[in-house]
Amino acid sequence: MLKILNALITVGVGIAAAVVLYWLLDRLATSLGGKWEQRVKPYLYILPAYAALVFYLVYPAVQTAVFSFANATSTEWVGLDNYTDLLGSSNFRDTLFNTLLWMAIVPVVTVAMGLAVAVLADRLSPRWEKSSKTIIFLPMAISFVGAGTVWNLVYDFRPPGREQIGLQNAIVTALGFDPIAWLQLSDWHFNSLLLMVMLLWAQVGFSMVLLSAAVKGVPEDTLEAARIDGANERSIFFRVVVPQIWGTVITVFITTLIGVMKIFDIVYVMTNGTANTNVIGLEFFNQLFTNANNGRAAAIVVMLMLATVPIMWYQVRHFRREESMA
Amino acid sequence: MTQTQTTMAAATPTPKTRKRQPSREGSPQKAGWFARIVVLILCFLWIVPVIGLFLTSFRPRDDANETGWWTLFWTPSAWGRMSLDNYSQAIDQGGLGNAFINSLAITLPATFIPVLVAAFAAYAFAFMEFPGRDFLFLAVVSLLVVPNYIAFVPILRIYGDLELAGTFPAVWLAHIGFGMSLAVYILRNYMATLPRSIIESAKIDGASHFQTFYRLVLPMSVPALAAFAIFQFLWVWNDLLVALIFVGPGDNAPITVALRNNLMGQAGAGQHLLTAGGFLTMVLPILVFLFMQRFFVRGLTAGAVKG
Repeated sequence: MLKILNALITVGVGIAAAVVLYWLLDRLATSLGGKWEQRVKPYLYILPAYAALVFYLVYPAVQTAVFSFANATSTEWVGLDNYTDLLGSSNFRDTLFNTLLWMAIVPVVTVAMGLAVAVLADRLSPRWEKSSKTIIFLPMAISFVGAGTVWNLVYDFRPPGREQIGLQNAIVTALGFDPIAWLQLSDWHFNSLLLMVMLLWAQVGFSMVLLSAAVKGVPEDTLEAARIDGANERSIFFRVVVPQIWGTVITVFITTLIGVMKIFDIVYVMTNGTANTNVIGLEFFNQLFTNANNGRAAAIVVMLMLATVPIMWYQVRHFRREESMA
Repeated sequence: MTQTQTTMAAATPTPKTRKRQPSREGSPQKAGWFARIVVLILCFLWIVPVIGLFLTSFRPRDDANETGWWTLFWTPSAWGRMSLDNYSQAIDQGGLGNAFINSLAITLPATFIPVLVAAFAAYAFAFMEFPGRDFLFLAVVSLLVVPNYIAFVPILRIYGDLELAGTFPAVWLAHIGFGMSLAVYILRNYMATLPRSIIESAKIDGASHFQTFYRLVLPMSVPALAAFAIFQFLWVWNDLLVALIFVGPGDNAPITVALRNNLMGQAGAGQHLLTAGGFLTMVLPILVFLFMQRFFVRGLTAGAVKG
């Protein structure tokens, strides 16, 4: 209870402190008077936010890049050793491949399923539409650790002869087959696919909500025009609706892609990277904590960061285009 | 929930200003059987695992670990054995009670403090003219996609030197930093859509920027503030990685870390405790989500819905 009280006090004090800080900054600017006031004030307003960004993102980015050329304790330069060691190890290459697999599969399926559900739910009566969307959207509120406890009951495995308490094995044994240790099944990366199912379960609702709003925003007259021209529903969807919601499609795709690149929790909780399910988010964690190797951990982050650069570039370009249209 | 951090970000400025009469959807006669059945099956698949967790969390140890939860449907006697024992055990022995409070203590400040800080910056970006404004805002946009992994190694060292590691302020500050680009981005985009005439007339009436911000812009931005707050709440509450790195196990561990370390993995507490613990971690975010869903969706789709 004391902790809650503390937290509430922190919220109060934090917000009060922020108000006082801005008031002081505002006073400071005003005291300069005249032209200088107008010149300085905007920068003072953005200063605290920028300080947080610089301290937690910009400075660490540079520092991480520096550490990636140093040894495990960051006490000695080792050149490119961290990178060559990592890329030279077949374990790390498997890890990299798994991450690429996640990136190749999850964003596309998330968009496709989200769009499908959005379009289908759109045709239901408002009440059913609302309830079905709430159900699909709900897992977004659940942590991946929580999701792990949920999906344990789906993927659980008991040796043959014992009663199965995992849903999938219950079905498999009811059909007369032997139970399968799903999460150990690394042929064709099947276990990774099962972990991806968990992410889809959590993500599709988000994709659905955004795409549904976009589909509803398509102007009716463009659809009418297509109908008058005799187009069937399918070609209306692909030729008229999809092009108009393409911006949202890309948005959902990119945000899911970035999320997938950083995926950590699901794998850590479900398999901890065993049976060839490792991903680079988890590998980073293991290098940092299990191996206490700052250099390698930093090198992994630098690779991750390089992979996000094209996305960043696209994001900025996209934003500028939107702004110039507005 | 890590992955959704950038999510709403990119999402906010989606297509603009198209509005249409609600004529196409919502007409039940058009709902083909195909659509109904597919949606029904999907909803069933989505919700069944959660129902399994919920039911299992009340079952006694032997039942939960030796028989599937679905057997409840044909063994009426098993319902009588259900109780809240798993919950009290998870809360006391599993340490989830303390961890739940830790989670609240971490989440509340990390949710509310960045909102105000971001709102000031967003105001400057939306309503003030200054050299470098566009560049500085584009920098915020590009930081949206920077993975928070880059912060861990350097910040952990700094926290080590300052003896901050393992404390609440360590995570508060980290979450404030990680959430800031998203907050500034959402709020600025929302403020940019507010009618400029109102702000102009306030200026003519002699209101300072400070007054305009407090009296006009902040109250008018409540939908966006709420959307971000809900988002940040879910993100911080559900976070595992940041908490593992900056807090770690122990007295201050939030509920995600406690569930993982005390009940999962080698600790292998058995399904009865795992499910009870799992449900404890998700009950609050689910409630917040259900009650605030309208705000949340409105914030997510702000760009698309504005007409």
